[in-house]
Amino acid sequence: MSSFARFIRPAIGAWALLLLVMACPVPSPAQQINPTASSVNEQKLLQEMDRIQGRVSIPDQRSSVLMQPAGREWREFRNVALRWIGGVSVLGMLAVLVIFYLTRGMVRLESGRSGRTIVRFNTFERFVHWMTATCFIILAISGLNITFGRPLLLPLIGFDAFSEWSQWAKYAHNYLSFPFTIGVVLIFLMWIGGNIPNKVDLEWIKRGGGLFGHDHPPARRFNAGQKGIYWIVVIGGGLVAATGYLLMFPFYVTGIEGMQMAQIVHAIVAVLFIAAMLAHIYIGTIGMEGAFEAMGSGEVDVNWAREHHSLWLDQELARTGPNDSQPQPRHAASAAE
Amino acid sequence: MARMKFLCDADRCIECNACVTACKNEHEVPWGINRRRVVTIADGKPGERSVSMACMHCTDAPCAAVCPVNCFYTTADGVVLHSKDLCIGCGYCFYACPFGAPQYPKVGNFGSRGKMDKCTYCAGGPEADGSKEEYEKYGANRLAEGKLPLCAEMCSTKSLLAGDGEIIAQIYKERVLKRGYGSGAWGWKTAYRETIES
Repeated sequence: MSSFARFIRPAIGAWALLLLVMACPVPSPAQQINPTASSVNEQKLLQEMDRIQGRVSIPDQRSSVLMQPAGREWREFRNVALRWIGGVSVLGMLAVLVIFYLTRGMVRLESGRSGRTIVRFNTFERFVHWMTATCFIILAISGLNITFGRPLLLPLIGFDAFSEWSQWAKYAHNYLSFPFTIGVVLIFLMWIGGNIPNKVDLEWIKRGGGLFGHDHPPARRFNAGQKGIYWIVVIGGGLVAATGYLLMFPFYVTGIEGMQMAQIVHAIVAVLFIAAMLAHIYIGTIGMEGAFEAMGSGEVDVNWAREHHSLWLDQELARTGPNDSQPQPRHAASAAE
Repeated sequence: MARMKFLCDADRCIECNACVTACKNEHEVPWGINRRRVVTIADGKPGERSVSMACMHCTDAPCAAVCPVNCFYTTADGVVLHSKDLCIGCGYCFYACPFGAPQYPKVGNFGSRGKMDKCTYCAGGPEADGSKEEYEKYGANRLAEGKLPLCAEMCSTKSLLAGDGEIIAQIYKERVLKRGYGSGAWGWKTAYRETIES
């Protein structure tokens, strides 16, 4: 038994080996070996995806992206499109405001001052407004510097001075983003009540907000124009804050493509925001008599309130008692109490 | 004048990472910053290739185009360099770069971006050639000593080539002709808007 097995085993082994060798295709020596025929191909990879990624053995895994030519489109946006969008929106708004001022002039208090005032914004509201406004102005200037500084300011002040200023501007931009964001959140919370669009706004818009002629469409605490500014601040401010933090903390949330998109959104919203705020600043200062006081001292003239926010004034007077006649000077009124 | 370029022959790269190590050592590049890295594509699968990549010193460099403070300059040899004195660490060059070359030390600005650092083609920076200041900011200036970038000089398989673009393209073409295959000059189309016909 064992001798038979000893005889048959090598025989089977030999046959098996022969079969195996015959089954395997022998490469013909004439055939050219082309290892790249089956290898990864740059053009094909770039066509399949807009980037080429692999594996790296160094700890920084973000460096595993070998190539992403998408930066080219971002470059076009930053150097060409953004300068047009920013230039047209900011300079265009300035031009519109200058023309408007020259033709319409300051919106006057038609009934004159009553000498009696009413509280429009309390100290906290004004603090939040001016904190946000101060941050916004510095953020806007330092932001515009990143886009327009190189062609406009750099040739005037030279490389070293411009770099020094831009470095400080960058720090200001980054750090002031925090109080600005807090301000936007507070503005959202404290004025949301008066800024929900309603039927009064339709009437206000239909009558052009009284911007032309001597019309004074009724309005509650905030008219449709102010509601527009409110939502621009809340939505625009929210967008610039969110995209700004994506850029300030690279790779925490998004990679390069995400940051390119974030920069595009950040920049477009920011320049439109700046244009809108120019209009807001205009109507709050030289554009309308008696308007600045609302955010200055916090108290507006009763006649101003009657002309621009009639429904709000009625509401306030109803709340504080039947005192709709004989407007008196404020000091006399408070002394009588 | 020569037009300096890098060319990585992916069919020769064995992913030994010696170029990465040589670069870090030569320029005393700080921890966490990699001016050069080796990326392996389709790792472990048939047809995998490794490519050593750093700043490609692009023609019409995107980093230089988008820099808000214009801190980049191109030398007579076609090497793209930048001034760390002018750089404000905004990160824009990193958004624009197709090769992920710009690196930022984690200092200042909430630890996200200090002044940018990248491959200098072993050509230093704007300071005087071979000066102490230049070495501290940008590393060695081998080009001023008549030497080529160390990564390519010491590449064990001569996969990574550095030198005048026309000469290294010629070397690559001859290789492809002799061995009968080549996966192309990776990144050349993006960096230089040209390919090497093989």
